Amino acid sequence: MPKLIKSGQIIDDAWVLIKDANQLQDLQTLSGQNLIVPLTYWSEQQDVLRNRSGRTAVWLNSHEVPQSLGKDLHNLDVIALNFPIFSDGRAYTSARELRANLGYKGEIRAIGDVLRDQLFYMSRCGFDAFVMRDDQNLEAALGAFGDFTDGYQASVDKPLPLFRRR
Amino acid sequence: MNFERHSNHLTQTHTMYRYDNYDHQMLADRIAQFRNQTARFLKGELPGPEFLPLRLQNGLYVQRLAPMLRVAIPYGMLSTKQLRKLAYIADYYDKGYGHFTTRQNIQFNWPALSDVPDILAHLAEVEMHAIQTSGNCIRNTTTDQFAGCAVNEIEDSRPYCEIIRQWSTFHPEFAYLPRKFKIAVCGTIDDQAATQVHDIGLFIVKNESGETGFRVLVGGGLGRTPVIGKEIRAFLPKQHLLTYLDAILRVYNREGRRDNKYKARIKILVKETGVDSFRDKVEKEWLALKDGPMTLTDSEYQRCKQYFQDPQYHVLPAESPLLTKALSENVLFAGWYYQNVSAHKKPGYAIVTICLKETGTAPGDITSDQMNFVADLADRYSFGELRVSHEQNIILADVEKAALCDLWEALKSQKLHSDNRGLLTDIICCPGGDFCSLANAKSIPIAESIQRRFGDLTRLRDIGDISLNISGCMNACGHHHVGNIGILGVDKKGAEFYQISLGGSVENDTALGQIVGPSFAQEEVPDVIEKIINIYMKMRQPGERFLETFNRVGIEPFKDEVYAKVN
Repeated sequence: MPKLIKSGQIIDDAWVLIKDANQLQDLQTLSGQNLIVPLTYWSEQQDVLRNRSGRTAVWLNSHEVPQSLGKDLHNLDVIALNFPIFSDGRAYTSARELRANLGYKGEIRAIGDVLRDQLFYMSRCGFDAFVMRDDQNLEAALGAFGDFTDGYQASVDKPLPLFRRR
Repeated sequence: MNFERHSNHLTQTHTMYRYDNYDHQMLADRIAQFRNQTARFLKGELPGPEFLPLRLQNGLYVQRLAPMLRVAIPYGMLSTKQLRKLAYIADYYDKGYGHFTTRQNIQFNWPALSDVPDILAHLAEVEMHAIQTSGNCIRNTTTDQFAGCAVNEIEDSRPYCEIIRQWSTFHPEFAYLPRKFKIAVCGTIDDQAATQVHDIGLFIVKNESGETGFRVLVGGGLGRTPVIGKEIRAFLPKQHLLTYLDAILRVYNREGRRDNKYKARIKILVKETGVDSFRDKVEKEWLALKDGPMTLTDSEYQRCKQYFQDPQYHVLPAESPLLTKALSENVLFAGWYYQNVSAHKKPGYAIVTICLKETGTAPGDITSDQMNFVADLADRYSFGELRVSHEQNIILADVEKAALCDLWEALKSQKLHSDNRGLLTDIICCPGGDFCSLANAKSIPIAESIQRRFGDLTRLRDIGDISLNISGCMNACGHHHVGNIGILGVDKKGAEFYQISLGGSVENDTALGQIVGPSFAQEEVPDVIEKIINIYMKMRQPGERFLETFNRVGIEPFKDEVYAKVN
């Protein structure tokens, strides 16, 4: 089973990422599986998704904004945010908006070009699950969460900035 | 590690920010992280494209000849201990010199990549770093080099700069922006920080009740598409500084263009969105952040402010008989004094600019011997402190008037007494094609050819106040757009040519220069500058500076002269 990092541990991934809505043409074959589907499919096929067996989550590409999930976002167990390339930093803002502005409490999962050296900032922005790029060493990547002892700013993991704590 | 401890209530007078254990730990963590990343890169475990933004955000470029390390001098403040450390680094890891940039940084041109983590550890010992001096992130915050001792200051900008430095350092949300992001803060009446040509320009202002806030400009910048920043808020109460910055950055991070690096700066977003609609987006985003935990507390402001106290000035008479005597007896000293010494807020004190524009030396370059020497002078004459300016000069900000002549004598012994500050040969210049891999053309030899042509000091003084800025490519590190005379290196079918613009200014009346016309070959440049100067001298009215004459007569007379057919 594929693995991911969740809350600082390497665990089995219970979800199947559907990168392209075309993979969903024959939903029957995916019956019972937990799927992460593209935003457009999720928005347009609510009824179909409600009636299938298995849980459904959504992934957003970097240009898609969390606000497009509407109020239903609180019913989602997982929202995955895609990094088309690690240097595209839009998902950091999406994660913070999900947590701080929209009050989302479920899993925020980093998918795509997810690399060790960005994990620390991602976790400060509210990501708590990381599906690393295939070539990444997950054991070694765990070390990245301890790169820094503290941070100056308010963050999802430490809501008070250093200047209110020092 | 054994760090010096500082409590929140200082017993000692500080004139500069001092790190506490948190700040030290932050740097130590960063160095360990980068050491690990560098080791993985050198072992081939971290691919080049993935190492690239990591090394850039630690100040490390790969240049034409060798790596280049850019070290931040936060808002231009340096202690003598720090300057001596820079001299040590120049000696042991480089070729014995450094280069001050146009954004209050210093660059070393020859360090070995594998040495960089060690260099960063040396810097950390003196509370310095190279964090976010490059890359698509929030860069070193800059300010007026006279902050805290200028005449007519609204409020000292440095506590706010330090607050912004900490907010921007390792900001987890904004490390992978569409493009680089520069912030300047100005608290003086006469802006010397080029504040209007920054991604965010903050002017300290007071409202009718006397409360401090900021006039916020956004979308200024030079580079390929020069733009003067536009106001998005006339008065932002100071406690909202960081939440408002977060809101601006968040809109930019989300909506800034990522499809074309030449259109990725916030100025393009502001232009394409329209300033009013951009403001609406920021204000909307701000509603979610306003009054939240990043709201600046008065105790944090006071904590930072207490580090920027006045040094222990003596009570002095406004005028010094020693100075008056020296000025009347020594013409050379007087020449330096009138050009390089500025008024100070305290009676009997003066601000000295050490002009690093000696002909034959690249503008902004300084040797390690000179660094150590200047550090000694600062200890002796200026409370152990220095500043660097975006004009690439060093400032001794608190010198007793009575000591000026001795200081000048000392500067002479190390060829640091250039008395051309603010004159045609006080050229702002990027490293250009001699070092930089981005450059289209060389810039240092152009600066030198102009300095040689205008070597006569009497003539320079007659020409008067003028700025000449040179950039080796359209990235505009040499700020050519805002020089009274701007020179831009361009590539014309593989040959180096130079485009000249006139009428730029970076003062309170910031303006972008107008291009005179077709570009010139390298050897033509001094002649062209001479023609431009001659026209100005011919057309100026009594007391009129170059910029004023230009604004009155326009570009045509200059154009006519420069492109006149020779019969």
